[in-house]
Amino acid sequence: MTTPTEHTADGPVRFLVEEEHEHSGGSTMLGFWIYLMSDCLIFAVLFACYGVLGRSYAAGPSPMDLFDLPLVAVNTSMLLLSSITCGFAMLEMERGRRGATLAWLVVTALFGMAFVGLELSEFAHLISEGAGPQRSAFLSAFFTLVGTHGLHVTVGIVWMVTMMVQVARHGLIPDNKRRLMCLSLFWHFLDVIWIGVFTFVYLMGVLG
Amino acid sequence: MSAEAHAHHDSGGHGTLKGYLTGFVLAVVLTAVPFWLVMGDVFADPQVTALAIMALAVVQIVVHMVYFLHMNTKSEGGWNMLALIFTVVLVVITLSGSMWVMYHLNANMMPPSMHDMRDMP
Repeated sequence: MTTPTEHTADGPVRFLVEEEHEHSGGSTMLGFWIYLMSDCLIFAVLFACYGVLGRSYAAGPSPMDLFDLPLVAVNTSMLLLSSITCGFAMLEMERGRRGATLAWLVVTALFGMAFVGLELSEFAHLISEGAGPQRSAFLSAFFTLVGTHGLHVTVGIVWMVTMMVQVARHGLIPDNKRRLMCLSLFWHFLDVIWIGVFTFVYLMGVLG
Repeated sequence: MSAEAHAHHDSGGHGTLKGYLTGFVLAVVLTAVPFWLVMGDVFADPQVTALAIMALAVVQIVVHMVYFLHMNTKSEGGWNMLALIFTVVLVVITLSGSMWVMYHLNANMMPPSMHDMRDMP
């Protein structure tokens, strides 16, 4: 209770400095987390759209006619594998090993590119069959939801390549570590959204 | 170097190799089971399958949150968890509210579609 008045020169100043430091270190991660939560709301709205419109086929093809579950399973495993390799990159970053961090980031980006490539080929196949986004409300909602997720993954890959260049040039400096931690949060978050996509869109769709 | 690493250790949750591998194994199982349930036609009743895969999805989301996103009640002084809870509340209201309102709107306002006609006696 009375300690601050007794050590006016020493105590309060040190306390303030420490609080400022902790605050500035933590606020980026908290801010990024709040961004992710707002992104989560975007996806919630798109899921709600799909939930409402997902049965409006306009006498067109239904999920049972269109979805290829083995392809979705391969796609899901690509994203899951990229999640664990992203985790390995973070572990290597903590140990301060630049080469290993870069190597795992490359593997993660490659899995991410495989995911986006498979998704794009699926989209191209659907559109070539006449099941493009303009065919029915179901397909509009499907392309918007899955396409937005794919766009996020694409942006994540661009960010990852940027970070590879940054780490290769400047090493694992505190700024780069903070950025990589944000990137890993983003990447794992996209995998969480994908759980919702493969469950509610693909598996439930095929169930009928 | 190690002092700096320790300073950073406070600012964000870090995983361990064991944590990541545990999460990965759980995630693989929780992904493979719903695909198997649907592709293998394990349950005769699609309602049961739907409930099972939704439950598995919720469990897998929690697994990802804990092992990959390192969520706990202590990170950022609890603000991470508070933001997450707030978001979950909004998501639940958005999803259930949309489905509920639009279902009733469809049931009460729309002319019968081909789909409804098929189910008619």
